[in-house]
Amino acid sequence: MEMPTPDRSVLSRKEEIVARLRAVLPAEAVIDELSETRAYECDALTAYRCPPLAAVLPASTEEVSAVLKVCHEMGVPVVPRGSGTSLAGGALPTADCVILGVARMNEVLETDYENRFIRLQTGRTNLSVTGAVEAEDFFYAPDPSSQLACAIAGNIAMNSGGAHCLKYGVTTNNLLGVTMVLMDGSVVEIGGAHLDAGGLDLLGVICGSEGQLGVVTEATLRILRNPEGARPVLMGFASNEVAGACVSDIIKAGVLPVAIEFMDRPCIRACEAFAKAGYPDCEALLIVEVEGSEPEIDHQLGLITEIARRHDPVELREARDAEEAGRIWLGRKSAFGAMGQINDYMCLDGTIPVSELPRVLTRIGEMSKDYGLEVANVFHAGDGNMHPLILFNANEPGELEKCEALGADILRLCVEVGGCLTGEHGVGIEKRDLMTAQYDPADLEAQMAVKDVFDPAWLLNPAKVFPLAVSEARRSVPIAAE
Amino acid sequence: MRPASEEELSAAIRAATEPLAVRGGGTRSAPPEGPVIETGALTGIRLYEPGALTLVAGAGTPLSEVETALAREGQRLAFEPMDHRPLLGTKGEPTLGGVAAANVSGPRRIQAGAARDFLLGVRFVDGAGQIVKNGGRVMKNVTGYDLVKLLAGSRGRLGVLTEVALKVLPVPETSATLVLTGLDDQGAVAAMSRALGSPYEVSGAAHLPDRGACCLRIEGFESSVAYRLKALAALFPEAGQEPQTDPEASAALWREIRDAQPLAAAEGDVWRLSVKPSDGPEVARRLGAKAHFYDWGGGLVWAALRAGEDPRPALSGLGGHATLVRAAPGGPARPPALHPEPEPLAALSRGIAAKFDPRGIFAQAEAA
Ligand SMILES: Cc1cc2nc3c(=O)[nH]c(=O)nc-3n(C[C@H](O)[C@H](O)[C@H](O)COP(=O)(O)OP(=O)(O)OC[C@H]3O[C@@H](n4cnc5c(N)ncnc54)[C@H](O)[C@@H]3O)c2cc1C
Repeated sequence: MEMPTPDRSVLSRKEEIVARLRAVLPAEAVIDELSETRAYECDALTAYRCPPLAAVLPASTEEVSAVLKVCHEMGVPVVPRGSGTSLAGGALPTADCVILGVARMNEVLETDYENRFIRLQTGRTNLSVTGAVEAEDFFYAPDPSSQLACAIAGNIAMNSGGAHCLKYGVTTNNLLGVTMVLMDGSVVEIGGAHLDAGGLDLLGVICGSEGQLGVVTEATLRILRNPEGARPVLMGFASNEVAGACVSDIIKAGVLPVAIEFMDRPCIRACEAFAKAGYPDCEALLIVEVEGSEPEIDHQLGLITEIARRHDPVELREARDAEEAGRIWLGRKSAFGAMGQINDYMCLDGTIPVSELPRVLTRIGEMSKDYGLEVANVFHAGDGNMHPLILFNANEPGELEKCEALGADILRLCVEVGGCLTGEHGVGIEKRDLMTAQYDPADLEAQMAVKDVFDPAWLLNPAKVFPLAVSEARRSVPIAAE
Repeated sequence: MRPASEEELSAAIRAATEPLAVRGGGTRSAPPEGPVIETGALTGIRLYEPGALTLVAGAGTPLSEVETALAREGQRLAFEPMDHRPLLGTKGEPTLGGVAAANVSGPRRIQAGAARDFLLGVRFVDGAGQIVKNGGRVMKNVTGYDLVKLLAGSRGRLGVLTEVALKVLPVPETSATLVLTGLDDQGAVAAMSRALGSPYEVSGAAHLPDRGACCLRIEGFESSVAYRLKALAALFPEAGQEPQTDPEASAALWREIRDAQPLAAAEGDVWRLSVKPSDGPEVARRLGAKAHFYDWGGGLVWAALRAGEDPRPALSGLGGHATLVRAAPGGPARPPALHPEPEPLAALSRGIAAKFDPRGIFAQAEAA
C-alpha cells in the first residue's frame, strides 16, 4: 500500500516540533525516541508499519487543543489513535506525523440512569463502558469483538459494529454527543443528552470519519437496561443456499433476533479443531440469539426452530442452560483466533444484500480456487456484513500481494451485487484505493468537501480513506507560513 | 418545475439564476414564493426486499404508497414519521424525501431511533447541479463519510434528494398501552424514565397533562405484550392505571401523540423542544405554555406559545434545541424557526452549506 512521501520540511524540524510539544505537555507525555515511537508504528493491520515523528499522550481536552494548535501552526500532520486495533490501517502513522493517542483519557465523567446516558473520555475501552454501568444492570450496546482492547475514540471514528447490532444498531445509533477538537485547536460541543440535531447533523458525519475531521475527546453514549435474559440456538444446514434462505425467512417472520451469525464449512472446521465447541460437520452453521424473559425466549426460539425445520437442518441445538449457551458461542467467538492458529489471515469486511448471500458465497469459492488461497467465511448474516478470512503464508514471497488481490476482487464483488466495501472496519489505507469502485468522482468530491471545512489544510490523518491520487491536490496545499 | 429525472433536475439547478424553493408534498408549509422545484415526478418504489428489510424509492414517492406496500408484507417504517397535516391544517401528500430531509420521527424515536437511523442511502443533486450518492442499500456501511446523516435533517439546504434507501422493520403481532393517571409533570417524567429504564422495551412514553394521562407503549408477540404490560404495571403500584389492551385504540392514541394533535386546536405558535428528558418539566414551567405535552419520555416538549414568543431563553443553562413547527397566521415577527447554533458550530454548518451550494440556490431552505 503506497503512502505519501514524508514532508522533508517537517522531518528536518523534528527538534523544534518536539520542543514546542514539550512546552505544552508534561515531559513524559511526549515520545520521540525511536525505541519508544516504535510502539505506535502500526495498528492491527500489521503488514504495514512506520514509526511516527513523535507520539503525544495528552490527558485532557485542553492538552489535545494545545497539541493541535502547535501542529497546525507548524504544518505537521496528526494521526489520532485510540487503542490501535484498527484492521484497516486507520491509525497507521507516516514518518512525518505526530501520533495523538487518547489512551490516557479514560475517565467516566457522568452516568445518568434516569436519562440513560454515560459521558466519558474517549480513551476508555469499549468493554469498560459496560463495566461502568453493569452494577445498575445497564450496558452499552455496540460490542465489537475487539471490545476488551478497542477505545470508544476508535469506535466513533470507525462507526464500529458488533454481533448485537442487528437489534441495537452500530455506534452512530448509540452516540448522543461529542466534544471534539478541530485541527486549529478550537473545541466544539456537538449534541448532548437530548436527541437529534437542531441544525445540520454534524454528529452523524463525524461518526465514521476515521479521525479526519477532528480529535474526539469526550462522548455521550446511550446506555440501555439489560434484557431479562438471552439464549442462542445453533442450526446446521447442508448448503449455504439453504442457510441463507432460512435467515431471510426468520427476518420475514417478524422475529427480531439480537444476532444471526453465519459460518461456512472451512470456518466451522477450523473453529472445531481449535475450540472443540462440538459443532456439527456441515456446510453452513447459524447461531441465532434472542432476548427476553424465559417464556418470551421459549416463544421466539419456538418460531425460529419451526422455520429452520422447514429447511431440513442437519442439526438443531437449543441451549438448555448457560453452559450450553457458552459452548454455542465459543466456536464463533474464537473464529479469528482459530484462523490465526493455522495460518496468517486477512479479514475482509464487505456488506452485501442478504438476498445475494448464496450467490456471493459461491463466487468467493470459485475465486478462492482460482487464486489458490483458502477463504473461510464468518459473518453477521442478519445484516449482510461478511467477514471472509483469506488464509495465506506471510513468509512466502508474493503471498501477501496475492492475498490482497483476492481481497480486492471479493470487495469489488460485494459492490457489484449492491453492497459496499466495508461494513464496520472502515476504509483506512486498506480499502482506500478501492473507493473508486463504489463511488464516482462527484461522490468522493462531496465527502472531501466536508473535510475541507473541518480541516482546510488536510493535516488530520490525511493519507487515509480517499485514494491518494484523488486527494493529492488537497494534501499538497502549502501551509501558509507564520 | 417538475423534473422527471435526476438529469432534468440537475439541468434545472445548473440553469437556475436565483434561489429555488424545493417542494415535496407541501404538507409542512404554505406554497413558497418564487421559482419552485417539485419532486413529485421522482417517484416509485424501485426495490423492496422484505427478507432483507430494505426499500428503495424515489424521493417524491408519497409516504402513503410506501406504507401501503410495507403493510402488505407486514412491515413498516419503525421511526413512525409524523403526519403534519392535522396540526398545520395543510393538504397534500407527505413524500418520502420530505420525511428524510426533515428527519421526521415520531414517538418510537425514543426506542427504535430517528429517521436518520433508518436511512441507508441517498442520492441527491447539490447546489452546483452535481448528482451525488452516498451510503447504499445495505444495513451496515462505513465506506467513506456518512453524508446520509448529514442530508437527513438538512431540510433541503444541501441539495434535493432524488432517491432514498430505508431499513424497514416487521410490524409486531400486537401492541398495548399502559396509561398511568394522577401524575403531575414531574411525576410522569420520573415514571417514564423508570419505564424506559426497565427491561420491557417500552416503545413509546408520552405524557398528556390535560388528560392526566402518562402513556407507556409495549409492542411484540401477544404473550410477550401481556407479560410486559403486567410487569410494567407492577413498577407503579402508587399510580392510577388504565391499561389499553385494544390494539386499535392503542394505535389511535399514539397517532394522536405522533401528530401533536393535543395542540392542533390550541391558539398561537406551536414549538417542539428537544431536551434532556428530566429537564422537560422545568422547561415547560419556564415556558408557562398555554398548552403542552411530552413525548420521548419527557425529552420532547410540544408547546403552544403566544404568537411571536421566543421559547429559547427557557433552554438557558440546560441545552437542547427548539423548532417552530406552526406559526399562527399573521402576527408579529417570529424568532428563527430552526435553532441557531453557537459558534464555531455555526461556522462549520455554514461552511458545509457553502461547499454543497456555492451559489446559495437553496438558501431559502434555511428559513423553512
Ligand atoms: C481481533 C479484532 C476483532 C475486531 N472486531 C471488530 C468488530 O467486531 N466490529 C468492528 O466494528 N470492528 C472490529 N475490529 C476493528 C477495530 O477494533 C475497530 O475499528 C475499533 O473501533 C478501533 O478502535 P481503536 O480504539 O483501536 O482505534 P485505532 O485503531 O487506534 O484507530 C482507529 C481509527 O480511529 C481514529 N481515531 C482514534 N482515536 C480518535 C480520536 N480521539 N478522534 C478521532 N479519531 C480517532 C484513528 O485515526 C483511526 O483512523 C476488530 C479488530 C480486531 C483486531
